[in-house]
Amino acid sequence: MKTIFTVRNVLVFGLLAFLAVIPAYADVTGNTFIMTLFTRIVILAIAAVSLNLIMSYGGMVSFGHAAYLGIGGYAVGILAFEGINSGFVQWPVAMIACGLFALVTGALSLRTRGVYFIMITLAFAQMIYYVGVSLDRYGADDGLTIYKRSNFGSLINLSNKTTFYYVCLVTLFATMYLVWRLVNSRFGMVIQGARSNDRRMRAIGIPTFRYRLVCFVIAGMMCGLAGILLANQADFVSPATMHWTRSGDLIVMAVLGGMGSVIGPVVGAVALLVLEETLPHIIAVVGHFVTGLEMTAAREYWQLVLGPMLLLVVLYARGGIDGLLRGGRRD
Amino acid sequence: MTDALLRIEGVSKRFGGVIASDNISLEIRPGELHAVIGPNGAGKTTLIGQLMGEIGPDSGKVVFEGNDITVLPTWQRGQLGLARSFQITSLFLNFTALDNVALAVQARSGHSFHFWRDARRLPELRVPARDALARVGLAGREDVVVSNMSHGEHRQIEIAMALAMQPRMLLLDEPMAGMGPEESARLVETLRELKQELTILLIEHDMEAVFALADRISVLVYGRVIASGAPEHIRSNAEVRRAYLGDGKKKAAGGHG
Ligand SMILES: Nc1ncnc2c1ncn2[C@@H]1O[C@H](COP(=O)(O)OP(=O)(O)OP(=O)(O)O)[C@@H](O)[C@H]1O
Ligand SMILES: [Mg+2]
Repeated sequence: MKTIFTVRNVLVFGLLAFLAVIPAYADVTGNTFIMTLFTRIVILAIAAVSLNLIMSYGGMVSFGHAAYLGIGGYAVGILAFEGINSGFVQWPVAMIACGLFALVTGALSLRTRGVYFIMITLAFAQMIYYVGVSLDRYGADDGLTIYKRSNFGSLINLSNKTTFYYVCLVTLFATMYLVWRLVNSRFGMVIQGARSNDRRMRAIGIPTFRYRLVCFVIAGMMCGLAGILLANQADFVSPATMHWTRSGDLIVMAVLGGMGSVIGPVVGAVALLVLEETLPHIIAVVGHFVTGLEMTAAREYWQLVLGPMLLLVVLYARGGIDGLLRGGRRD
Repeated sequence: MTDALLRIEGVSKRFGGVIASDNISLEIRPGELHAVIGPNGAGKTTLIGQLMGEIGPDSGKVVFEGNDITVLPTWQRGQLGLARSFQITSLFLNFTALDNVALAVQARSGHSFHFWRDARRLPELRVPARDALARVGLAGREDVVVSNMSHGEHRQIEIAMALAMQPRMLLLDEPMAGMGPEESARLVETLRELKQELTILLIEHDMEAVFALADRISVLVYGRVIASGAPEHIRSNAEVRRAYLGDGKKKAAGGHG
């Protein structure tokens, strides 16, 4: 029998355990920056997991997934601005808004495939980006400050950093579990079948469009949840939240971490955002060590290092980091 | 007239300058195995495509069990009981053999908006899928990922998937293409059993198989049905022999007078 104690499983479990003890670590060391960083990582991991559902299981490569971060965030921001602070109102409204946006854009874009699908999802996301820019009442391109986080009364206090972190983490775990159930259910088999061979799906009598659309909506709403959390964490939302580069980041997370599994995008989110934070320092330190010169200016060029690293992963490790750890096997 | 299970009425289809279907009219009776033969490019696959709704005919009608299905989408025809196999193997390559067939079982057991239970642990899907695989001779190969299986096995899964839909009628597009003689012989046996319970439209180049199995044969040349009738009738038809059977050069045709 296969053992569950593979290197990969131990590392994955280690990563999840590591995420769970971040607040304790921050508390002991007094390092609040790491709390801020990892709250962000966990939130964006939720978005990446939701993108992974449609992208790697459903074959729907959306280049506009950050739109839901923005819609979720703006729903919270705008309601707060108008004096409605209750999370019981904000969160459902935000998720319904994301669901509707996904329903409409999905119904149109899922009629296309491949590059066309990528371009049309990008176009819709750019559209909503410019809607954000044009919202003069809500800060236009300067964005909108959120003065009070979503209020859940005495149930939970999101202003507490540790509480907020655990809310994000539990949401991430719940999202992962949900995606895992989903992809292995009858619904998930249809979604994966439609990616693999849509023609055969129709020949065996399954109308794939409606299933793919529902999947697209589910992923949009999940990502909306990440948008809600992101806005609450930053106490701020702006059009930049849904810039196309952010959609690109989410794709990179999924590809880097590994598209073959539910955990992959989480690994990718941690890897990408930690690299983004640490690469500038690493470049400066290594540069100084190699050349003996002061290399602080070289920090600016961290993207030049990150780019080729990503390229290498895509070229040589098709299953991403998780795929490497599993030695090329897929579930 | 009306007792035909599938009736094709004056179906025509052009691709630019190519006439792929030229006013085709055929009746497939319940329970019969009707073979369609014809040279490469005669329009056999195009005909199946039109029966399944993957290709829309320029004119003509397709009637199944008395209902006009000419404009029905493919998946609805599948639900009505039409099941096809593909000439060029068309499977879910990253799934196991059992997953492939179980998906076909799933297709006929209601909608698939079930989000929670593990589809791979549902006996109502797995058991019939296993049976269908066993039927085509793939017992013991259920858990092999399809991309790792041989061409002959792919051909067998094609049939198993069509069977798993529990169709009223099978449309088989050259099921023996690329099979070795042993595999072909086994498939002939399988089809012989199946024709007891199913109506089958069989497209096949293997004349031995066709003449062994068919109740009736139609000959398609340049999109036109040039002859249709009992096997003996086709074998002795001069026009058919000239146009297709190569006037005695081919083994199956040469066997007769
Ligand atoms: N989508 C298409 N576009 C243009 N021409 C097509 C298309 N599909 C088929 N044809 C043409 O229509 C004719 C009939 O093709 P079809 O595939 O139906 O033949 P066939 O009898 O199945 O041949 P084979 O025995 O080689 O499988 C051919 O000349 C083919 O080139
Ligand atoms: Mg053909």
